[in-house]
This record gives sequence, C-alpha cells and structure tokens, in this order.
Amino acid sequence: MPAPVQSSDPFVPEIYRVGAVRRELADVVTIEIEPESGGRPDFLPGQFNMLYAFGIGEAAISISDETKHGGGFVHTIREVGAVSRALAAMEVGASLGLRGPFGTAWPVAEAEGSDVVVVAGGLGLAPLRPAIEALLARRERYGQLAILVGCRTPEAILYRHELEQWRQRLDIDIEVTVDHASTDWHGNVGVVPSLIRRVAFDPDDTLAYVCGPEVMMRFTASALHEAGVATDKVYLSMERNMKCAVGLCGHCQFGPSFVCKDGPVMRFERISPIFAMREI
Amino acid sequence: MTIETIGQILAKHPFFAEFQPEHVELVAGCARNVRFNPGEYLTREGGPADRFFLIRHGMVSLEVATPGRAPIVVTTLREGEIVGASWLAPPYRSMFDARAVELTRAISIDAECLRKKCEKDHYFGYEMMQSVLRVLVKRLQATRMQILDVYGE
Repeated sequence: MPAPVQSSDPFVPEIYRVGAVRRELADVVTIEIEPESGGRPDFLPGQFNMLYAFGIGEAAISISDETKHGGGFVHTIREVGAVSRALAAMEVGASLGLRGPFGTAWPVAEAEGSDVVVVAGGLGLAPLRPAIEALLARRERYGQLAILVGCRTPEAILYRHELEQWRQRLDIDIEVTVDHASTDWHGNVGVVPSLIRRVAFDPDDTLAYVCGPEVMMRFTASALHEAGVATDKVYLSMERNMKCAVGLCGHCQFGPSFVCKDGPVMRFERISPIFAMREI
Repeated sequence: MTIETIGQILAKHPFFAEFQPEHVELVAGCARNVRFNPGEYLTREGGPADRFFLIRHGMVSLEVATPGRAPIVVTTLREGEIVGASWLAPPYRSMFDARAVELTRAISIDAECLRKKCEKDHYFGYEMMQSVLRVLVKRLQATRMQILDVYGE
C-alpha cells in the first residue's frame, strides 16, 4: 500500500476557492476547489482532505478527482450535518480552508498484472473514482477490470455520466444495481454483492477495492471470500469521525488503529477480526 | 454441430453443479426448453407454482403488484439463477410475478413431476431441498440488506 502523503504543516489550513459546483443528487453536491495561491499538494487515490467551512467546522471529505487542469481538488459531499451542509451550499467564489491530503491510498500500483474488482455502494463511488481513473489510465497493465455499483434507487445513481462513459469501453465490466425500483427501470435490482458472481475474474489473482456503508462492505467482503478472493487481497475504505486527521486526537480510533492515518483504505485481513464487533 | 441434451444443459447449470449425474437425469425427465419474450410472465403472483425455471440467458424480474401504482421490482435474476421455490411446499402458489425483462431462455421443470421423484427418492429430494434452500438463504440475506436501506441517511 502506498505511504501516506503528508502535507507540510498538517494543522494549518490553506485557503481554497470554489471554482465550480455541480448538484449530483438531491442531497449530494460536487465542488471543485482551487488554492488561492500556489499549487495544490499531490494526492493518491483514496485519500481525503479536511475541509473547513469558516465559523462552522471541519469535515473529512474524500478526494473524488482533480480539477480539469490538475490545479485543484474535486470533492463530492453529502449533506448530512452542519459542516457538510455549509460546504455543499457554497457558491462559486466562496472560500474555505483545506488541510491535507491525509490517509492511505488504494493499492493501484500493487494491482498491476492482476485482475481488479471495484465495488462501490452509494456515495462510496466518490473515493473510488480516482482509483478507477488511475486504472483506466494504464489499462494495459491490469487484467480483468470490473466495476460494480450499488445504490438505493435509479434516481440515486452517483456519477451517472461517468458510468455511462466508462461503460462505452470494451475492456471493462460495469454493472449497476439498485435496491428499490419500479418496472420503469430495466437494469439490475438487488444488492451489490450479488453482482460479484456475474463478472469474470481470477480469484487467485485479484485485488478488490470496496467502499460504501459498513453493512454493505461486510456483505461484499463475505461474497468476495465466497468467490475465492483471499482477505489479504480485499481493501476497504473505512469511515469514522475524524478531527485532527494525523492520529493524535483519537476520535477515529478503530481497534488498535486510527482511521485517519492507518486508513481510510485498510486491508480487510488486518481489520476482519474486529470488523463486525459492535463495540468498535 | 452437436445439440446438447437437456441433461447436459442441466449438468452445466450452477444450480445442479453439485448434483450426482443420476439425479440430474431424474430432473431431465421433467424438463424442457422454453423462451420468453420481453414482458412475458413466467409466473403470476397467486397462480399455481407448477413449474420452476433455470435461467440460461436473459433477465427476469420478480415483482409485487401494488394497487394504483407501478409494480415494485423485488429483485432481478440472470443467467445461472433459478426462478421459483413455491413449488416445493404447499399450497404450491407463486408468491411473485416473474416477468422477462429481455429475451429469456430457460429450462422449465414440471413441479408435480419433480415432487413425485423427490417423494420416491428421499435422498434425491433432500439434495433438491438443500439446493433450493441454499438459494433462498442467500436471497433472504440480500433482502435483509435491502430492507436495511444502507444507502439512506
């Protein structure tokens, strides 16, 4: 797994400005932000930034892309609390603070020569998008590539445009499923782990990247295990309430680990003993 | 070009993957090839569960009719999956509408014929029960996850 990229002073936010805003879903917004001065730090797929809505607070938001010319970050935000609502309500030109990037990354280079199965649930597609772009950018270096996406309803499909673009390629398997639908929807209905058996990969030589609600990841890890993928080849992106983002405050403690510095991307083999523990 | 027998087709279907060959042949005696155009129903809710299906190609949706609204799709099934379990237990009535979403080819198995064979050979019947139950347990788990509405707030 790539080493985390540390910013120069992790406690001092840099000032960024909103360059573009796009509403994805009723409660999900994507913002593009550029540094007010200088360039943005490098990031690895799977990492997150701490975004600061001045006067309201900070929230950990995964990096879902870089801006078109590479000068800034793209973040997709679901409005669930005061901070995320404030961030999602920002208009073009608004300023915000940014610390980061923090955390571990999807093992993109380690997957070279192997098959890759990407499983996303709901907003979990956001932190996976940079990994998917990285895999597609060097497609010839990988074996089979499958992208499996689950969401609540057909109306709640995140990045529909990008999914349609990826689907046009002949060298990847893309399956989308929804939990609830009427007969107007002609695609799959059912849970995303059920798609695993429908795509081709060599279980002995496959890496799986999984991101979504923990219940969904639990079922997915189980389905991957049943399909023959070893737990040390399965990576999950964990989510906990992060504050300092550098492993000092303990808010995001997950058993013996801190999600902010030992995660968010974690090897399932490492966390499986405590993954289903209610107390953790 | 050789044409596969029903028995050979059944033996390759994932549902029968672990069946003994002689048991697959027992099933073959009750089976025939069928095809459904998009929109055609394999079963209707409340109707007799007199057949069950193994999907070879295509997609089938299991639906529940709701008065005054479009039917709700409970799940979709594809190649390698089975449609119908109500044939195994009284009152032998289908619990869902099963509708072909796209051109679907399947093996249709006569439920009464199969039940008689299960009754005659309990070892075979147990194998059949166990296989259907395995599918049902997975679907039950999936349904639980759907009910949890994990993508909601």
